[in-house]
Amino acid sequence: MPSRNGWWMFLPLVAFIGLAVLLATQLGRNTEELPTALAGKPLPTMQLPSLMRTGSEVSNDFFIGHWTLLNVWATWCPTCYVEHPYLMQLAEQGVRIVGLNYKDDAGKAREYLAKYGNPFVEVPADESGRYGIDLGVYGAPETFVINPEGEVVLRYVGELNDRSWQQRFAPVWQKEAE
Amino acid sequence: MVAELGHFCLWLALALAVLQSTLPVYGYVSGKPWLQAVARPAALLQWLFLSIALLTLAWAFYSHDFTISYVAGHSNSQLPLGYRISAIWGGHEGSLLLWVWILSLWGLMVSLLRGRVPTDVHALVLAVMGMIGIGFLLFMLLTSNPFDRNLPWFPLDGADLNPLLQDPGLIIHPPMLYTGYVGFSVAFAFAIAGLIAGRLDPAWARWARPWTTVAWAFLSLGIALGSWWAYYELGWGGWWFWDPVENASLMPWLCGTALIHSLAVTEKRGLFRAWTVLLALMAFSLCLLGTFLVRSGILTSVHSFANDPARGAFVLTFLAIVVGGSLTLFALRAPVLRHRAGFEWLSRDSFLLGNNLLLLTATFVVLMGTLFPLIGEALDIKISVRSPYFNAFFVPLTLVLMLLLVPGMFSNWKKQDGKALLKRLLWLAPVSVVAGAALVAFSDGEMPFVGVLAVIMVVYVILAQLSDWLQKALAFRVGLLRGAGRLTRAYHGMLLGHIGLAVIVAGVTQVSFREVERDLRMVPGDVIEVAGYQFAFSEVVERAGPNFDAIRAIVPVTENGRDIVTLTPEKRTYRVSGQVMTEAALHSNFFRDLYVALGEPIDQAEQAWAVRIYYKPGIGWLWIGSLLLGIGGFLAASDRRYRSKSSEQADAIA
Repeated sequence: MPSRNGWWMFLPLVAFIGLAVLLATQLGRNTEELPTALAGKPLPTMQLPSLMRTGSEVSNDFFIGHWTLLNVWATWCPTCYVEHPYLMQLAEQGVRIVGLNYKDDAGKAREYLAKYGNPFVEVPADESGRYGIDLGVYGAPETFVINPEGEVVLRYVGELNDRSWQQRFAPVWQKEAE
Repeated sequence: MVAELGHFCLWLALALAVLQSTLPVYGYVSGKPWLQAVARPAALLQWLFLSIALLTLAWAFYSHDFTISYVAGHSNSQLPLGYRISAIWGGHEGSLLLWVWILSLWGLMVSLLRGRVPTDVHALVLAVMGMIGIGFLLFMLLTSNPFDRNLPWFPLDGADLNPLLQDPGLIIHPPMLYTGYVGFSVAFAFAIAGLIAGRLDPAWARWARPWTTVAWAFLSLGIALGSWWAYYELGWGGWWFWDPVENASLMPWLCGTALIHSLAVTEKRGLFRAWTVLLALMAFSLCLLGTFLVRSGILTSVHSFANDPARGAFVLTFLAIVVGGSLTLFALRAPVLRHRAGFEWLSRDSFLLGNNLLLLTATFVVLMGTLFPLIGEALDIKISVRSPYFNAFFVPLTLVLMLLLVPGMFSNWKKQDGKALLKRLLWLAPVSVVAGAALVAFSDGEMPFVGVLAVIMVVYVILAQLSDWLQKALAFRVGLLRGAGRLTRAYHGMLLGHIGLAVIVAGVTQVSFREVERDLRMVPGDVIEVAGYQFAFSEVVERAGPNFDAIRAIVPVTENGRDIVTLTPEKRTYRVSGQVMTEAALHSNFFRDLYVALGEPIDQAEQAWAVRIYYKPGIGWLWIGSLLLGIGGFLAASDRRYRSKSSEQADAIA
């Protein structure tokens, strides 16, 4: 164990500083506003059957030309029941919402919308959950903001309510007006 | 109201942590013993308030208080009681509370069991632990409060605990692991206190040693439990994946193993002082690094908590302050560590130095393997580090470690006579080679050369422990059992630890080279033979669990017409989250596990299923070996010399 000069005692500190700098740069990467790999990218290719208009398909074209909320929901998701009234309220205010019915039973989903009201302009059904994988969905509910070019602008995991709308969605949504 | 009580207790604990970390240091500097005396009651009260906070959260889970975001996110009205309790540490915020509570528990133990540690050093140790507590309490209160309310819009029911975590193994794995992790904070605190007080002599090593050994034992058990859980719950039949989070727990373990060996040298010989202190600082720093990696979301893993850069930034800052500060202190206090005493190259001292270098190399290998993806990202190249990289290093490192372990044990401190050492190894080496080769030859299955080598090493290490024990016990000349009774607990702990290592290596060798894995398409009525066992896929039935629906396959297993067991692997769909989980079915005995997992349905009409069947020899030895490590650690830490007064006098004589 050399201890005469003492300079080596600083080696661990120097090594640690190098490591800390590396970690800090990586952290910087993640501090992006949008925690999704899809940020700024077009919505993954969608080709899903419509729940309400049997026989027709919903594709990416449906999102072109309008600002749209893409809400991932299911009848097995308790939080979806909670946020449903708020979605109704948004729809009344003229917000265009597409409801991706995720890993659900078509019959139950129709019943749900009949019972609680339908805030969605269109309901693509992702019964297998395949499209959810393309979107990188954790679970339901999740809500994405899609711009008129059909690109993902924001991803929000969890319940959509007045608080999350004001904090996260409103700043993005207002760009539409400008 | 209950949540507010818990929240309030966290702030009180923070206030106490601030008192505990500032007043004793001021008292030490200004020489006021009454200020130093604040540390002990502060630690006690901190534990008390954190216990109340933990109970509060438990109550919230018990009573389904979904107004609390954390409860709503990790529980559900259908969740069985046991999992509602373990859900306390099923997510980021709650596991952090458990972390801090365990830290306070260690603080309480240190404050109660002062032993012969001088009051001023003892107060400094508690002060350092208080500082760590401040960091984690602030982290919790500022970025991840488990008591945050979801008001006024709270969900009617919770989102349920991740089904992966709904498992008995997960009830005890995190507390064990955290107890180990956090336990290294005591060694860390002793190192800092020793640096400040300028006392890093053999007596210091004796104070720090039992704490370190207990922490190491808990960490060993915690890692083994995690591996066991991954093995039977993830349904892949694997037991170690070199996943970043597993690596995060392995690094402090490797470094801690080096530390308990180097503490032995410092205690017995007063050597390796700087080295020992550095290892103590590193072991805890690696624990913090692990925490950072898991909670910052910068690495993806099966275990990751939610990706949150604010949390990452906080932990990184904390890491920089704690590690940077302690390493600076280490560099500045270098003169304190200066100690001149020589040792011959052939001595236990130098063998233990070899042990330390090997273990640190292993730590470095894991660190690099874990950080490669980050380095790659920084340089914009995609690198995937998988098991071949780790195996390429770990196999030779482990074998060399085992090879050197035996002469190290057989050698004297300071200076060992080469001829005497050779004489003891001369019978052991050929016996091990012959016995090891015979074991491989007379058991079923192929084994490559490296496997044979590993078996020989296992035999060699175990025989060495037994022969050393016999020789030492008989040397008292009072008969074997009474002689063994005179050997210390620390010595027995060491033997158990080494045997545990050998047993683990034996298990890994068998399962790596002799497991049989079959991926099959089966329809009811099919029978398949795997490793001498007949697995019959007899029927598929449906079953409803408390919060899931399951499809269950009935698989009777026979061995040449003799019934062994009926295995019932399941595919579970959890009602709330809709997640589908594979619940593997196992049958274990001393020699092997039979493991059946139900894959995906292939054909609904025919009821055809993808089925995975494994025959896993020696897998149970991993858990037995790990248990021996844990028991060995506890035994060694309970040695009389850490409690009795006589050793202090022995120091004076030495």
